[in-house]
Amino acid sequence: MPESLSLDVNGRMHRVQAEPDTPLLYVLRNELGLTAAKFGCGLEQCGACKAIVDGEVVFTCNTPVDAFVGRRITTLEGLGTPERLHPLQRAFIEEQAAQCGYCIPGIIMAAKALLDRTPHPSDAEIRNALAIHLCRCGTHTRIIKAIRRAAQETAR
Amino acid sequence: MSELPPSLQRHPDLDTWIRINSDGTVTLFTGKVELGQGLKTAIARIGAEELDVALERVRVQTADTTHGLNELFTAGSGSIEESGASLRQATAEARQHLLALAAERLGVPAEQLRVEDGVVSASTTKQRATYWELLGGKKFARTVTGDAAPKRPEAYQIVGKRGPRLDLTALVTGSARFVQDLTRPRMLYGRVVRPPSPSGRLESLDEAPARRVAGVVAVVRDGSFLGVVAEREEQAVKAVATLRQHARWREQPSLPRMDELHAWLREQPTRSLRVIDGVPVDGPIAPIERPVGAVQTLDATYTRPYHMHASIGPSAAVAEWTTDALTVWTHSQGAYLLRGALAQALGIEADAVRVIHVEGPGCYGHNGADDAALDAALLARAVPGRPVRLQWTREDEHAWEPYGPAMVMKLQASLDGGGQLLDWNHDVWSNTHMARALPYGDRSALVAAWHCGAPMPPPQPFPMVAYHAGIHRNADPLYRVPRRRIVKHFVETTPLRVSSTRSLGAYANVFAIESFIDELAHAAGADPLAFRLRHLDDERARAVLIAAADRAGWAQRRKEYGHGMGLGFAQYKNQKCYAAVVIDLRVDLDTAAIAIERAVIAADAGRVIDPSGLANQLEGGLIQSASWTLKEQVTFDQTRVTSVDWESYPILKFTDAPEIETVLIDRPAEPSLGSGEATQGPTAGAIANAVFEAIGVRLRDIPFSPDRVRAAVSQAG
Repeated sequence: MPESLSLDVNGRMHRVQAEPDTPLLYVLRNELGLTAAKFGCGLEQCGACKAIVDGEVVFTCNTPVDAFVGRRITTLEGLGTPERLHPLQRAFIEEQAAQCGYCIPGIIMAAKALLDRTPHPSDAEIRNALAIHLCRCGTHTRIIKAIRRAAQETAR
Repeated sequence: MSELPPSLQRHPDLDTWIRINSDGTVTLFTGKVELGQGLKTAIARIGAEELDVALERVRVQTADTTHGLNELFTAGSGSIEESGASLRQATAEARQHLLALAAERLGVPAEQLRVEDGVVSASTTKQRATYWELLGGKKFARTVTGDAAPKRPEAYQIVGKRGPRLDLTALVTGSARFVQDLTRPRMLYGRVVRPPSPSGRLESLDEAPARRVAGVVAVVRDGSFLGVVAEREEQAVKAVATLRQHARWREQPSLPRMDELHAWLREQPTRSLRVIDGVPVDGPIAPIERPVGAVQTLDATYTRPYHMHASIGPSAAVAEWTTDALTVWTHSQGAYLLRGALAQALGIEADAVRVIHVEGPGCYGHNGADDAALDAALLARAVPGRPVRLQWTREDEHAWEPYGPAMVMKLQASLDGGGQLLDWNHDVWSNTHMARALPYGDRSALVAAWHCGAPMPPPQPFPMVAYHAGIHRNADPLYRVPRRRIVKHFVETTPLRVSSTRSLGAYANVFAIESFIDELAHAAGADPLAFRLRHLDDERARAVLIAAADRAGWAQRRKEYGHGMGLGFAQYKNQKCYAAVVIDLRVDLDTAAIAIERAVIAADAGRVIDPSGLANQLEGGLIQSASWTLKEQVTFDQTRVTSVDWESYPILKFTDAPEIETVLIDRPAEPSLGSGEATQGPTAGAIANAVFEAIGVRLRDIPFSPDRVRAAVSQAG
């Protein structure tokens, strides 16, 4: 039976109707219209679905929504807007670090979580933070460069 | 009119291509689509340049069958040459017409007018006229004449210069809507249940448990085609799991043994065609003759497995039926052809179908997008008046997308006493590289049509016979040889579904050619770069090779066991972009894993439209090719495909990605050359050659897994 659940997403409280075992991804995308997090595999193998929950970047494609009640969820839409871009978003734009862009939301969230805990990551740390994330267009080099750039600009 | 680009000849009305909007923007129309390759930005740049308007004013609308602008497929690296060239001419003509209107309004001869950001002025008058005042919201009502000359490259302010990618802000802020994200009023969610094997057919099904799942609106069964429609996406997911539990399938072995795949391929009946100047011709095929004066003769056989497109986003589509009309939102590469294919599969008239392209994840060729469109239409037909968003699963995509076909290449060549090539022989075996969704009549390329109760069989596979197409694409090297014998062996028997995958036959052919030319260089005691240059007259080819080698530090490359630098080169389709790739890699002596540390690309794409977009595509192709070459092969037993997720089909990761440097040789006076597929082949050859430099073994069978590295080392040692 669908239940009424309260979720804290991008700094606002939302009341959603969903079966408690519905993966968070479908609630974000279809109930809240936050379609940045993507369905890539539903198997926690590609990272396209990732969002930040209480500061940690996590898969959303499999974990039931009721596990997220009472936790702070941040999606790409909550990071910045065209009028107020987050430094990561600005860096991705400046480095043109996207081709089809499907993998990008999950990657930017992983990068945000990384920079929040490691403001000056080494290249190896950047690569490891993205180890589970798959990009088929082959934009890896620019993505790493964009994260490096965002780290430098945030550090200033 | 005969000098006009073909697309423009077919669609000569200016209003088909350009609209001056009354709000100060310009809309350009193209029959091509954005696949992540930067098409919309490139088109916008071309139009903004010719019209003399700021890039920010330009909107690009891509394929929608109501536009009537059929430019066939966005494939084969043709968009800039076909649509881009057409728009270049069309916008030049539009500007000319707008100036004529301005001349009349301002009372000044057109030659005295200048345009800046859509504002027309002359030094002889204070009066000005804008495009929007002259024609805003109105039609051109003209056909192209061919008289207007496009802007001279020396005057370029946008084309060839660095600038923003127009859709990037939406992508990084999450407001971009892929077809997977599309919502429409009263939309339902759909999933399909595909058979567990290519031969699989539904034997029995108890639908009742799935119908009882909360929110299920329809269970659709037509023969072996099976799907559900539900109010909520998670309900559709639950319902298909239930359907699967209550379905029984009839299956049989229909696949060759994976470990005997290439022997199997060579044993099949073939239609063999000699390829002369890039075109297959019928006729007798003489056996290879060892040339007079041959001092050394080498031969080698190279293989490629089935490879996947493996898009990060599984295919999807939205379909909606109204009284007798169907609208489909799809990421298909060929909206107009798909329309015809859908109409035939659904038994309706093509003009009752509207197909609209919406961006999807990268497709890298013919993936599941067209099939998802038919799936969506079949499900939506069960719920007329309500749109259905149909989403393939990861397993659907891995198991059912058409693959890049397995190939065998057998090469033989002889050297004279001076180390010069005397001949070149290339035999290549493969299934077709082309099974796209077209209206084939009573056959269909779409999976659901094969499974429906009244099935439409797949199209008859046929060998492509156009210039450098399919199996024989890039089988004819640019190297100068006194005689060459190129033979394409088309294998009709197609156990696994195959179709166009980025660069088609070129990836494997160039892998073989570039590996073999290195083998010959070593036999001749020559440096691989010098050996290539010795046999290459094309100045532009030489230039990219030298540029890549210089940037990579080829002449100073270190000789250290376990480290190696290798070279690869091709001109895509012998007509399009020239690309040379240098790969610098390390072989881990414990794990036998190959790690690419650094790569250099040098490319000549003629007139560069968007340098950053071009480099992105070349680098992306390098990464994808490296992934194919090092890690990928579709796995199967004799009944089923077994590579159905990312664990069973791993691809290159961020921890594997090399540093890449790209050198672009911009030639603004030359025509633009298609480039999206240019690095696939050269990268594979460069990797093979670098491995040889590193550990002295020649890997000829893709993928270069650690097991194969170990096997090759023990065989050699």
